[in-house]
Amino acid sequence: MTDGSAVSLWLKLLESVVFAALVLIYVAYILYADRKIWAAVQLRRGPNVVGPWGLLQSFADFAKFALKEPIIPAGANKGVFLLAPVVTGTLAISAFAVIPVNWGWAIADLNVGVLYLFAVSSLGVYGVIMAGWASNSKYPFLSALRSAAQMVSYEVSIGFVLVTVLLCAGSLNLTDIVMAQNSSLGILGWYWLPLLPMFVIFFISALAETNRSPFDLVEAESELVAGFMTEYSATPYVLFMLGEYVAIVSMCAIMSIMFLGGWLSPIPFAPFTWVPGVIWFLLKTSFMFFLIAMVKAFVPRYRYDQLMRLGWKVFLPISLVYVVLVAAFLEITGMGGQFH
Amino acid sequence: MRLDLAAKQLFLSEFIGAFGLSMRYFFKPKPTLNYPHEKNPQSPRFRGEHVLRRYPNGEERCIACKLCEAICPAQAITIEAGPRRNDGTRRTTRYDIDMVKCIYCGLCQEACPVDAIVEGPNMEFAVETREELLYDKAKLLANGDRWEREIQRNLKADAPYR
Repeated sequence: MTDGSAVSLWLKLLESVVFAALVLIYVAYILYADRKIWAAVQLRRGPNVVGPWGLLQSFADFAKFALKEPIIPAGANKGVFLLAPVVTGTLAISAFAVIPVNWGWAIADLNVGVLYLFAVSSLGVYGVIMAGWASNSKYPFLSALRSAAQMVSYEVSIGFVLVTVLLCAGSLNLTDIVMAQNSSLGILGWYWLPLLPMFVIFFISALAETNRSPFDLVEAESELVAGFMTEYSATPYVLFMLGEYVAIVSMCAIMSIMFLGGWLSPIPFAPFTWVPGVIWFLLKTSFMFFLIAMVKAFVPRYRYDQLMRLGWKVFLPISLVYVVLVAAFLEITGMGGQFH
Repeated sequence: MRLDLAAKQLFLSEFIGAFGLSMRYFFKPKPTLNYPHEKNPQSPRFRGEHVLRRYPNGEERCIACKLCEAICPAQAITIEAGPRRNDGTRRTTRYDIDMVKCIYCGLCQEACPVDAIVEGPNMEFAVETREELLYDKAKLLANGDRWEREIQRNLKADAPYR
């Protein structure tokens, strides 16, 4: 290894650490926003005591969790029990490695970025299964079984949704996917409009994939106490919590890249194109999270058989048909693969 | 399945309507009271923490008649009376209220012939141990000195209705 590559390696490492820290700070405020939005819909005020308007609430909660005593049940498999939250948290954060927040602002500009994202988010289920098994307790175990089935079911339709986007963009590189949406039409040229049914399916599947309400059967408190997190406390618990929210934010980021034109300005002329792309990207990601938080506020939890029916008998056929339609359309009009 | 029902489900009309409704609630003024900083108005009849009152000259009002002890449905009050004094009255040597047993029904203050035991307006007397809630005479008299002004105002405001 030469000197130059060693320096660039350290730079990359520094870049990754700074980016991960920024993502975590963003997630802290996403958590706060989640509680505030939920409270506002229920006519409550939400957290408003720690710091001005409660802005430091997430950090206070984190300090509380970090200072508490972690309890490991006597019957638990200690190694796997402690490894599970680490797996969940690490995988959730590592998804951000390929997400471009602006032109060229990605830690790793992979040519198979979409595949990487898909693989990492699929691996997330392992943390849940490990936690459920290692807790050696019935509720976490049932919850882990549910979670495995749920995440596998919805990944199938997410996969087909991604295929339609890939067909339109002609690339697996996330930067190329965003640039393929760059046109003089602005917001109307992004993929959300021609692929609207896919966008809706992706949104709902993302809720199921991240175990977010109304598909939070994994931690349905009326049936499974707290699901796979039942036996967890203190720092391991906060890692799960963080992993869950980081996964939600990464899903929001993926949605804004795939369907909402990533860092592109919605109105493609002067005063709006001066705004840095990061701002647009953050706005879009936050908007997607707002929708997810609102869904939590007004949709009741699905029953397990309804969840499975929705995944296999509604989303899968619709997305399959749409893949065929998009492919046929692109083949007939010759618009496929604009980049190659 | 009927066609209009199918179309309704396909276009997620229920969800869009629910979203609109929750957005309306989102911007409504919040009724939550910002408690430690804002407080609800309190009735003069409010039954809070107990106090033992004194006359303006500093003499204890309680004459150890034990009516409050007798009427207390939770049997939270324990009184021991001292010997009769030169002026012909008695005073307590012990007056304990178990604030954990007490159900704040207000029967003790109704029973009291001299308005000695009164439930004051204070409701913020949370403590960290159970023992601190076993009030003795000294604590109750101290409460009386602390809340006398508010209690007099409340008794006066409530008097026309009794």
